Amino acid sequence: MQQTDRRQFLKLAGLAGVTFTAGLFPRGPADAQSGDFHFVQFSDTHWGYKGAANPDAEHTLERAVATVNGLATKPDFIVFTGDLTHTTDDGKLRRERMQRFKEIVSALSVKDVRFMPGEHDASLDKGEAFKEFFGATHWTFDHKGVHFIALDNVSDPGAKLGDEQLAWLAADLKQRKTDDRIVVFTHRPLFDLVPNWDWATADGAKAVALLMPYQNVVVFYGHIHQEHHHMTGHIAHHAAKSLIFPQAAPGTAPKRPPPPPFDASLAPLGTRDVAMAKAVTITELPVVKA
Amino acid sequence: MNRRLFAALLIGGAASGAARLLAATEPGIEVSVAASRFEYTPDKVKGKVGVPLTFVLTSLDRIHGFKMPEFGIRTDIVPDKETRVTITPTKPGTFTFFCDIFCGDGHEDMAGTLVVEG
Repeated sequence: MQQTDRRQFLKLAGLAGVTFTAGLFPRGPADAQSGDFHFVQFSDTHWGYKGAANPDAEHTLERAVATVNGLATKPDFIVFTGDLTHTTDDGKLRRERMQRFKEIVSALSVKDVRFMPGEHDASLDKGEAFKEFFGATHWTFDHKGVHFIALDNVSDPGAKLGDEQLAWLAADLKQRKTDDRIVVFTHRPLFDLVPNWDWATADGAKAVALLMPYQNVVVFYGHIHQEHHHMTGHIAHHAAKSLIFPQAAPGTAPKRPPPPPFDASLAPLGTRDVAMAKAVTITELPVVKA
Repeated sequence: MNRRLFAALLIGGAASGAARLLAATEPGIEVSVAASRFEYTPDKVKGKVGVPLTFVLTSLDRIHGFKMPEFGIRTDIVPDKETRVTITPTKPGTFTFFCDIFCGDGHEDMAGTLVVEG
């Protein structure tokens, strides 16, 4: 899709999201025949949360579903990068939340929807309930010349990928050419964003090291409830907003502050559209109140 | 406790210049810290530059973590077991210790502060 077309369809959809464009595939697409496309990232929906940080919590996810359904050009697929549900010690309640979450997102008009766990979904039972409802916690697929890899850094409550998954990643990457276009999804950042706030993956550096020989790698993640952009060498990492409440900017206090007071405009919340072409263009999609 | 056991407890400690092993004969400070969902008691600890500080860690309910990235240390805190971690601060300041094993709704708030005086 051409840039002008994208601006047009977002304008038609009434979405004035902020656009971030970068040469995120620095060496260009490996396959000249690769088609341009776009997908939408949802993150940190925390279905089941009740609290002052978002009194609108019972409706915010539904609003975001309606917003994305209103896009003039449908994305090829939608990915949820974790914390689909808010954590609970009660396994029965966890499953009820996952069931209700599934019912709400079944209203998405795009039916290719992919799910990853966050620590709220998976860390207390090592992903058991998540797998019952959504399948594997790490996976790959290919789409229009791009190789997508979802890594699970939450089912281990110590925020580790673990040696087994790292070996799986290494084996997958061995099948790629060094100039292949690769997109990685994770929940937590793979790099040490703010270790004091637990915004890191214990063995994330090992995954980054495995990815480093590949020239065209982009990482999309969640967990920190805000837009954030970071480079580890030539690899770009982009954090997404949440659909429940924002968090403080990284590293602004020794201990992570509580979420800011609720903003009734819902402006700090949203999803994002990601257009994949020579450059990757990220357009933030605010939640639209009916 | 011998030096080998200390070394086992100081996971990753060698990576940081701020953490050193406590010699058995070296005087220092000991502070007991109890972990439970979702707090450390006490959650404020004082230390002094150059004086070894040993955290004597216990858990009142489930497994928790204890991590201080500035000192390159982390350890599990397992119920019914005393875990000792020693650091020697090399500079004054305020440092955070926190649980890095997800333990439920409130885990994100489970943190404490070490204030090191010169």
